[in-house]
Amino acid sequence: MRNLNSGPGRLAFVLLPVLLSLLLAALLVLAVGREPQEVLQKIWQGAFRNTRSFAGVLNFWIPLTLASVGLYVTFRAGLWNIGIEGQILAGAIFASAGALTFDFPPEFAPLQLLLQILLGILGGMVWAGITGALKIWLGVNEIFGGMALNALAGVWGIYLISGPWYPEGGSAQQSRPFLENALYPPLSREWPVGLLAIAMTAVAMVLVPLVMARTRWGLQLKATGSNPRSALLLGVPTSRVAMSAFLVCGALAGIAGSYRVMFTYGSFRPLVAGGIGFLGLLVVLLSTMKPLWIPLIAFVFSAILAGSTRLRVSLQLDSSLAGVLQGTLVLVFILFQGLRQRLEARRGDQAGDASQASASSQSGLTG
Amino acid sequence: MNVEFLNTLASVVANATPLVIASIGETITERAGVINLSLNGSLIVTAMAGFIAARVISFGVDVDAIDMIASAEAGLIGGVLVAMLVGALVALIIALSSIELRLDQVTVGFILTLLMADLAQFLGQEYTRIPGPVVPKWPVPLLQDLPLLGPVFFQQNVLVYLSYILVIGLWFWLFRTRPGMAHRAIGERPEAAYARGTNVNRLRYVYVVLGGALVGVAGAAYSLHFKPGLSNPPAMQGDGWIALAIVIFGGWHPFRVVLGAWLFAALRAVSSDIQKNGLSVLGQTIEFNFVLLNGLPWLMLIVTLLLVSSGAIERLLLLLPGPVQRRMRSVLRSDPPRAIGTTFEVD
Repeated sequence: MRNLNSGPGRLAFVLLPVLLSLLLAALLVLAVGREPQEVLQKIWQGAFRNTRSFAGVLNFWIPLTLASVGLYVTFRAGLWNIGIEGQILAGAIFASAGALTFDFPPEFAPLQLLLQILLGILGGMVWAGITGALKIWLGVNEIFGGMALNALAGVWGIYLISGPWYPEGGSAQQSRPFLENALYPPLSREWPVGLLAIAMTAVAMVLVPLVMARTRWGLQLKATGSNPRSALLLGVPTSRVAMSAFLVCGALAGIAGSYRVMFTYGSFRPLVAGGIGFLGLLVVLLSTMKPLWIPLIAFVFSAILAGSTRLRVSLQLDSSLAGVLQGTLVLVFILFQGLRQRLEARRGDQAGDASQASASSQSGLTG
Repeated sequence: MNVEFLNTLASVVANATPLVIASIGETITERAGVINLSLNGSLIVTAMAGFIAARVISFGVDVDAIDMIASAEAGLIGGVLVAMLVGALVALIIALSSIELRLDQVTVGFILTLLMADLAQFLGQEYTRIPGPVVPKWPVPLLQDLPLLGPVFFQQNVLVYLSYILVIGLWFWLFRTRPGMAHRAIGERPEAAYARGTNVNRLRYVYVVLGGALVGVAGAAYSLHFKPGLSNPPAMQGDGWIALAIVIFGGWHPFRVVLGAWLFAALRAVSSDIQKNGLSVLGQTIEFNFVLLNGLPWLMLIVTLLLVSSGAIERLLLLLPGPVQRRMRSVLRSDPPRAIGTTFEVD
């Protein structure tokens, strides 16, 4: 408590939330009559028992990291892009439209893949662009506009598989499976994961923070995010900057969506986004806007997510435990962050001059 | 007026009830200058808690039990109380983190909305798709026989009547009482309220927790009557966001809020009627995939928010004659409480 700003003090404010949220999750598991240790073991096995399960973790990590990097941009522009879930879904729909339409000869297969990915990017950008336009020029808060567009993308997806994409002789759960040249090629039998997608994710997670830190656009974006009014006075085209943030995020979400249909499922399903966009918001909140942490946090979250998919089969436990664990962690972490800042502010007050000290004692009475 | 039409109106009023109660709760919270963005998750978790409490009180812990060990009333009352408690606790987290820790209300509310939905799914897994006590109909003596109004408004259940009382009560409280004026003041100009001797933060705690408790009642209203039981995905998935939008559309005024909730429920009634009976205009049957109708409430959400942000509702004011204009000003305003989302600190 002596030194909150550096070293052990800061570490405590990171480790305590982790321990506390694990403890809370353990209590919940006990409450439904299971052994926490056994659950933890099953999650670990579900994620890391062999190369194929590890690839399963990466298959969550790819779209989650892409979405989180995109959300880092919108958060920095001061925007709550809750519509990311719909942007992933729109990307998936556009990419699926390509997959169900084209059938290029084998020698042009890479071209088809590229075309579908571009369609996915376009889909994400269109959905993000609508949210952005509603927010920037029509005054509809991006949280509500985004939420509505998430739901509309969901309705569109259900419409597609119950109508135009209804599989012959199938059930209306998914579209017909894509042809092989419409899919990301897997790395190998032991490692079923799309190498190209890993490469794109790696580029995004390095390039985006770099561009944000080094370019005029990045500077303008951060200025818009921290104080739009003074940014406008300084000559920053805040509307255009905010829109560009939405579009960049939408593009990355579109790649994420295209990967979900073009690799994970190999067909279109309405629930293809699966909460990954919302989870991305939690990842960025936990990163405290330090982009280097995003891929790491996304990896831990992906491991929890992939590891708990089998809980229902092995322990008859709902896989929502993953969400509970992640949500609790982020909540407790944010609360500890607030606590640390309050303690620092109070210490700052005590060290300050007399007038500040009197102000702090006054706020101590009322607050 | 034919009976069928009156029945439809009655079901619109009934089905709007959880939305009305939730958005009145949120109006109380936001009028105090705090936004509880956790509504969607709060509704889901309180529906779960309320249903399980009611089920356990009435039937015992065995999920296969079909014999009641206590009356349905005991279970229902217990269920609503537990739901209120859970809703209040979630709201308390937002109040604490905002007032004591100066954290962003939107951030904390968003985390809670996700967390609570997952928590409800995890804890409710054993209790999905089993029967439980259901709030019975209770026509109001005398009032139920009124022509037109009786069948529409007074042949409902207690929760529906509660929603009427809440709407009128909150209007009276906010605009006709002295403490209600202080309530509005801490959401508009907390510094001025403080200068007049109001304990801003203590009152904020009270209203945020009260608003959260009402969200709990709304959650219980789903699982104990309007969408009885628990299901996965939750039956009222998305309604919390619609309730939040209704508060904005309603201009933080109880009367317009209830109008917004009824409008949404009416739209739902129309679209579910089309899904059941098909659509024909001028004797011509119109064919399309009815799945698309599920998008209508969300389109309407965008349109209603556009109406508010474009100032169209306020422009309606200019069409009214002078004296009425003044009286309608508080109903037709579109500006949020000025201090919403901010923390209040004395310095």
